[in-house]
Amino acid sequence: MANRLTKPRDPFWWALFGAGGTLAALFIPVLLFVNGLAVPLGWVEAPTYEEALALVRHPLARLFLFGLIALSMFHWAHRFRFTLYDGLQLKHLEALIVVFCYGGALVVTLIAAVVLVQL
Amino acid sequence: MPIFWWVHKWIHMRFILRELTSVFVAFYAVVLLFHVRSVAVGPEAYAAFLAWLRSPPALALHGVALVMVLFHSVTWFNLAPKALVVRVGEQRIPGWIIAGMNFAAWGVFSGVLAWILLAA
Amino acid sequence: MAQETITLEVFRYRPEEAFVPAFQSYEVPLRKDWVILDALNYIKDEIDGTLSYRWSCRMGVCGSCGMMVNGDPVLTCAAFLEAYRPGPIRVEPLAHFPVVRDLVIEMNDFMEKLNRVKPWIIREEEKPVAEGEYLQTPAELADYKQYSMCINCMLCYAACPVYGLEPSFIGPAAIALAQRYNLDNRDQGNGERLEILSTDDGIWQCTFVGECSTVCPKSVDPAGAIQRYKVTGTTAWWTSKLLPWGT
Repeated sequence: MANRLTKPRDPFWWALFGAGGTLAALFIPVLLFVNGLAVPLGWVEAPTYEEALALVRHPLARLFLFGLIALSMFHWAHRFRFTLYDGLQLKHLEALIVVFCYGGALVVTLIAAVVLVQL
Repeated sequence: MPIFWWVHKWIHMRFILRELTSVFVAFYAVVLLFHVRSVAVGPEAYAAFLAWLRSPPALALHGVALVMVLFHSVTWFNLAPKALVVRVGEQRIPGWIIAGMNFAAWGVFSGVLAWILLAA
Repeated sequence: MAQETITLEVFRYRPEEAFVPAFQSYEVPLRKDWVILDALNYIKDEIDGTLSYRWSCRMGVCGSCGMMVNGDPVLTCAAFLEAYRPGPIRVEPLAHFPVVRDLVIEMNDFMEKLNRVKPWIIREEEKPVAEGEYLQTPAELADYKQYSMCINCMLCYAACPVYGLEPSFIGPAAIALAQRYNLDNRDQGNGERLEILSTDDGIWQCTFVGECSTVCPKSVDPAGAIQRYKVTGTTAWWTSKLLPWGT
């Protein structure tokens, strides 16, 4: 059943994988470094609440964040699916893995959409 | 083939590590979502989230994640030229030029984003 | 001065003797200009005539002598003994293929897959001889030339972990050879090959480990061919979904 769901759509998933991988490669390192290390370690000042709110509320920022989060998740989904097949030889659990990976990515994408729309 | 066929040769181990970078990409996507959500919820939530980011477990996770997402970026930009062959007449643009352009774009975008986050 | 020697530990398997696979050690002269194939020929001529293995041109163009040497797939006619000093050198049959005898593997799976991708010029209509040749510029030749260098040695199949895990995977060389024809301006078989390569066992199982290109003795770069075809396949898929009325 997983075959019917995924194999004809592999080009679709691969396109998302490629787009997500590119966005992640371009933008995640700097975001992670600034938000996750530089600010918490005090190397730079944290934005005030008002500054942060103004920044993320901007329509372009919301679009960018949605694209980055959603596509990063689908990048992970496709890649992790094959890592489980090849790295742990779990191909026999294909149906479960497909649901976990693409389903998980979809869930995070939907939550992101809700959060960003309601900002 | 043994389940852990990839521990026996460094090149295979490196491949699996490369693939596992996607886990850290997803990790940060989710953290970023929580970060934005904390702003959406209100000032206390935002402050609490910033406090969590300062905690040792969070810092450790982010440190490891930074190494892994950097590994993702470097391997991604080095491999991307393989998928796209650009030809000018008979000559193919060498892979290192395309890779170089990718890295340059990475630098520019990172700089712009850092400026947006810190100066604006 | 006594001739220096080096030890080869060679995989032996003789099914008619109900022989359990084992390694047999042979000491061969360590000559500067000798390759592993020379050592195997020396073993067969001077020490043990029962050793079986494939070889032909001994100069890296026939693709017959591929074997695992110290765990890596190489053409034994291109691997110098000096490089493996002080030894011992472990010689085994090419990985991921059934062993017929000693160092000889069963290659039917590869031959079937090679045939499956239709590695010949496909034309909707053959041009009559009287109309002259198909024309091709040097630039058009350059488009596919790299992929035409494949000597079908199967080192890439031995190196590919995905092929090892999923024997149904069509494999690097077959895809590279399909590309050799897809990118040839005389060929019109893209559509036919797209169907074959987009199946369960086609390109989508590849996770770009890249070992196939590393071991290829002719710099064919099958990994690159496969990634390019993923782009082609994806573009074709999206076009068919978004513009279903076109071809």
